Amino acid sequence: MKAFLNIVSRDLRLALRQRSDVTMAVLFFILTTTLFPFGLGPEPNLLARIAPGIIWVTALLSVLLSLERLFLADYEDGSLEQLVLSRASLESAVLAKVLAHWLTTGLPLMAAAPLIALLFNMESDAFIILIIAMALGTPSLSLIGAIAATLTLGARRGGILIPLLVLPLYIPTLIFGVGAIDATMNSLEAGVVLANAKSHLMFLGAIFLVSLLIAPLAGAAALRQAME
Amino acid sequence: MSVFHRFANPNRFLKLTNTVLPWISGLTVFSLFAGLYMAFFTSPADYQQGESVRIMYVHVPAAWMAMFVYSSIAFASVCALIWRHPLADLAAKASAPIGAGFTFLALATGALWGKPMWGAWWVWDARLTSVLILFFLYLGHMALMNAFEDQERGNRAAAVLAIVGFINVPIIKFSVDWWNTLHQPASVMRMDGPSIDPSMLWPLLIMGVAFKLFYLVVLLIRIKSELIEAKLRKYRRALVDNT
Repeated sequence: MKAFLNIVSRDLRLALRQRSDVTMAVLFFILTTTLFPFGLGPEPNLLARIAPGIIWVTALLSVLLSLERLFLADYEDGSLEQLVLSRASLESAVLAKVLAHWLTTGLPLMAAAPLIALLFNMESDAFIILIIAMALGTPSLSLIGAIAATLTLGARRGGILIPLLVLPLYIPTLIFGVGAIDATMNSLEAGVVLANAKSHLMFLGAIFLVSLLIAPLAGAAALRQAME
Repeated sequence: MSVFHRFANPNRFLKLTNTVLPWISGLTVFSLFAGLYMAFFTSPADYQQGESVRIMYVHVPAAWMAMFVYSSIAFASVCALIWRHPLADLAAKASAPIGAGFTFLALATGALWGKPMWGAWWVWDARLTSVLILFFLYLGHMALMNAFEDQERGNRAAAVLAIVGFINVPIIKFSVDWWNTLHQPASVMRMDGPSIDPSMLWPLLIMGVAFKLFYLVVLLIRIKSELIEAKLRKYRRALVDNT
């Protein structure tokens, strides 16, 4: 447990010292989303209709952008080797790295999402669902991404490889994430908002739990191979 | 388990392959021609779809194989990671391009059928989309396998990916099912027996068997050539060391 907290605090400290890394993902998110009104025209109804999809797809891409540095820096300076050699369990080390990654990318994205939703004229009822969906969905993105990041350590073309591995696995999160918000926007009365989105949110939760189980195991297995 | 380990020896495996291969090759050719003959000449045209229903006899077996080959890769990966079975890695490596080929065939024939029937080459329907994602999973698997200097490491990483992807395939399938659907529901593999007429079912099943045999033949040939290549590499190294 102590080792777990140590890794989390170390990664957070590193991230805070190099602030550009933390802001990169969220800045990318804000910049790309603002491109869509230019491409599609500023019609408010259209923008409100497509806002959930744009927010989720762009969030996915922003997370993707940050995945490569999740393990690569530690791999190159050798601290990953120390981690593998140490007595602490590698599974919890992977989980700690994922938690730090989520705190520095998923959480800022979650905070920025309502702002983008506001710019896109999304109905205010859907805001709370958007935040819940992001809170359930972004951890899965970090977890699944960690599998790809560990598997590609030391690969010749890590850069393009990660999107190819990770995007197919991200699709369920995308579908249910957008589905939850769409379900709220289609309901007319405020009372049924949560009920309509509930099944989608439950699926997001299920995906989170499944990836919480698999990612540490697969990530640790991949790290052991990378260090052989 | 003893049979399983018996053929871990490459030489014994090669011997077995050499005796079995001509027979299954012959069987493949026979069933393929029989299936195609029945599909083209003896099976009736559909009352709604007309002659274009015959695309089904290639499309459906290819789609079955797309799933089947991915499952075999996942199974081989489990064997490779747990028992370090030397042939399992080779089987997974040899299967991936074949599976990707079947998946592509299913997508291409589906598009050819969709144009006259639905009026579009491609629709974002659940079944089509999940097969497309399966195709991407195959591509990722192959790319990861070849991304390392050390082939052993590539095999191991690809095995982990194949297993994770296998857990994800049903999740992807159900999520896209929810999302949107137009493709017809299953008519052969159903709990209450097939709903398709026997005159169409038989050529379909024979084609299914032919495709499976074809996979087996190509798989064996590919594993065999990998083994021979490894042997050649060994000889060449020995030659270099001696001179």
